[in-house]
Amino acid sequence: MMEVCNCIEPQWPADELLMKYQYISDFFIAVAYFSIPLELIYFVKKSAVFPYRWVLVQFGAFIVLCGATHLINLWTFTTHSRTVALVMTTAKVLTAVVSCATALMLVHIIPDLLSVKTRELFLKNKAAELDREMGLIRTQEETGRHVRMLTHEIRSTLDRHTILKTTLVELGRTLALEECALWMPTRTGLELQLSYTLRQQHPVEYTVPIQLPVINQVFVTSRAVKISPNSPVARLRPVSGKYLLGEVVAVRVPLLHLSNFQINDWPELSTKRYALMVLMLPSDSARQWHVHELELVEVVADQVAVALSHAAILEESMRARDLLMEQNVALDIARREAETAIRARNDFLAVMNHEMRTPMHAIIALSSLLQETELTPEQRLMVETVLNLIKPIAVVKKLPITLNLAPDLPEFVVGDEKRLMQIILNIVGNAVKFSKQGSISVTALVTKSDNRAPPDFFVVPTGSHFYLRVKVKDLGAGINPQDIPKLFTKFAQTQSLATRSSGGSGLGLAISKRFVNLMEGNIWIESEGVGKGCTAIFDVKLGISNESKQSGIPKVPANPQHVNFAGLKVLVMDENGVSRMVTKGLLVHLGCEVATVSSSEECLRVVSHEHRVVFMDVCTPGVENYQIALRIHEKFTKRHQRPLLVALTGNTDKSTKERCMSFGLDGVLLKPVSLDNMRNVLSDLLEHRVLYEAM
Amino acid sequence: MDTLVAQLQRQFRDYTISLYHQGFLDDQFTELKKLQDECSPDFVAEVVSLFFEDCEKLIGNMARALDQTGNVDFSLVGSSVHQLKGSSSSVGAKRVKGLCVTFKECCDSQSFEGCVRCLQQVDIEYKSLKAKLQDLFNLEQQIVQAGGRIPQVDI
Repeated sequence: MMEVCNCIEPQWPADELLMKYQYISDFFIAVAYFSIPLELIYFVKKSAVFPYRWVLVQFGAFIVLCGATHLINLWTFTTHSRTVALVMTTAKVLTAVVSCATALMLVHIIPDLLSVKTRELFLKNKAAELDREMGLIRTQEETGRHVRMLTHEIRSTLDRHTILKTTLVELGRTLALEECALWMPTRTGLELQLSYTLRQQHPVEYTVPIQLPVINQVFVTSRAVKISPNSPVARLRPVSGKYLLGEVVAVRVPLLHLSNFQINDWPELSTKRYALMVLMLPSDSARQWHVHELELVEVVADQVAVALSHAAILEESMRARDLLMEQNVALDIARREAETAIRARNDFLAVMNHEMRTPMHAIIALSSLLQETELTPEQRLMVETVLNLIKPIAVVKKLPITLNLAPDLPEFVVGDEKRLMQIILNIVGNAVKFSKQGSISVTALVTKSDNRAPPDFFVVPTGSHFYLRVKVKDLGAGINPQDIPKLFTKFAQTQSLATRSSGGSGLGLAISKRFVNLMEGNIWIESEGVGKGCTAIFDVKLGISNESKQSGIPKVPANPQHVNFAGLKVLVMDENGVSRMVTKGLLVHLGCEVATVSSSEECLRVVSHEHRVVFMDVCTPGVENYQIALRIHEKFTKRHQRPLLVALTGNTDKSTKERCMSFGLDGVLLKPVSLDNMRNVLSDLLEHRVLYEAM
Repeated sequence: MDTLVAQLQRQFRDYTISLYHQGFLDDQFTELKKLQDECSPDFVAEVVSLFFEDCEKLIGNMARALDQTGNVDFSLVGSSVHQLKGSSSSVGAKRVKGLCVTFKECCDSQSFEGCVRCLQQVDIEYKSLKAKLQDLFNLEQQIVQAGGRIPQVDI
């Protein structure tokens, strides 16, 4: 029966091959369709973040249905039942629905998805940009820190050398340089000399002319300039086979001089001198100079310039200060020298003045006295000439001088007339000098114990001696009682005296006192004060004589010629220490210069032609000291060179004297010798060259 | 009313005069005083102390020499006495000098007992003179400290 079956009989065309291919393709499509959602699910599950799950489900459903459709299609190639057809249709319908839904959904979603991608790209770009900027900021901050550190290091010292050395060291460290060098201009300014390097300990004395093009190129700008590693300023060390020399940068460092400082234009316009700093990157490395590094170098160069200028200022000011100090010291010395010179000159003038006036006064006085005596006309003329010569120079004063002589003064006295006259002249001269007006009175009297005398002086006149007192009173300037003790000291000057015509005590009073003492007397000055005048008084011991002239050989000569034996060189030989000391004291008191010896050998050694007298002690018994007299005679052949020989002995009987004479002694003295005795003996001896004391 | 200075000065003068009158000192001491001036202000004191040192030394020598019983070197003693005589006459120690004269005679006659006796006397004498002169110098110092000046005593 040919019924219409519900089965749809597919066309079983003749081309079974085609059918077969379709069959296979459908199968594979189905498989793919089923596997894709699986994959999707798997990967979605794997990634937690996926916003469009619903879409995926939709898509999955769509694909599953498509796959199902194609799968079901497989059954439709052969005869298939209605059920299959139904299923097929259902599947297709569903698929159609889902795919339409998906298509519709995709329309909304795909733009979103696309925009996600662009956003992602955008963000990535942004992130990269920020990274770059971060890097930049960091490097800038680094640079800034380095600059600050460098500046601090450089500016922490004011020593030029340290500044430059520190700069190179810090730069080398910061930038990890291979070599760093500083070229300074020479004095002449025509060359650059290698002054400092980082690595080399002793830079070679290396100069390059300053007019090189590469140098000009650097000096022209304030920026750091890249230069060739082969330029002369960069060729610091012998190239030791390095393949690629590191890049080199050079920058100028302005050297500021004080004279270049102008407040308003700093410093570009006024500097002319630059130093050159050369920095080399390590060789054989691919490093290159970065912009921030160049900036760093420029900043450092400026800082160095500032630091150097500070150092220069400091040097300058220290030099100026040292100069000032030196000048001060020199000025001080000069001032002190000048003061000393002035003082010396004043002293000299004062003394000279006084010393010249004093004799002049005496000359005037004596000449005036001479005028009063009997003179022939010629003599009178001469005296008047003398007076006329001197008087105009000295101050002429009108001072009446009165003389009072006590009635009990002896008529004839024995003493040292010359020295007495000198004393009187000195005192009267002083009185005249220090009195502007008034009168001067000179009184001479015999001193008595009940006279008002200094309480320490007891006067006991003997029969043959008396004490003469002379008082010279003036109404002149007077003296402060406190100054009186100083008057008799040599060269002492007091204020009150020094103000008077540059005169002082000088030597006058000191010498007068000495003479008075030699005459066993005393001299003093009384004054009630400044402006109340002054009285000079002296006592001297003089001998009373009954005759006007002396005859015979006196024990005490009338006119001893040599009372003052100042500086007379004598030699004393005595074994006994005590008597030696006493004899020496005696002679010293008389003013001699005494040498002592204690044995005759020593005496012979010491005696010389400078000694005028030799006193030898011949007391020691059993020892012939007279031999020495002979030896001295032998030593000094010329008579005037030989010292006079005097024996000091304990007894002066005839035999001793004869013995002395026979040994060539010039005199004999009995020990112990008194002062008067010695004085007289010495003067006689020196006058007559021989003395034998009458016993 | 006597001031302290005047009292001291009078004491000094009296003491000095007594020393002379008792024969301790003679003119030579006066001569010594004349030699004292500003240039040598302590001349007398120096000479006198040197003299006493000398005395001590010489007396020691003589004592040692006289101790050599049986073997006394009289010439040594004699030369020491001579020295002492010279020294004492140089300073004006009158009594000591007088004793030395006697002593010398004993030495010349080689009288041992005489020498010993003289030595003792000399020892006593110089020590006594030393004490007296010390007193005199003390008086001088007191006067100076009291502000006065040492009086010049003429005998």
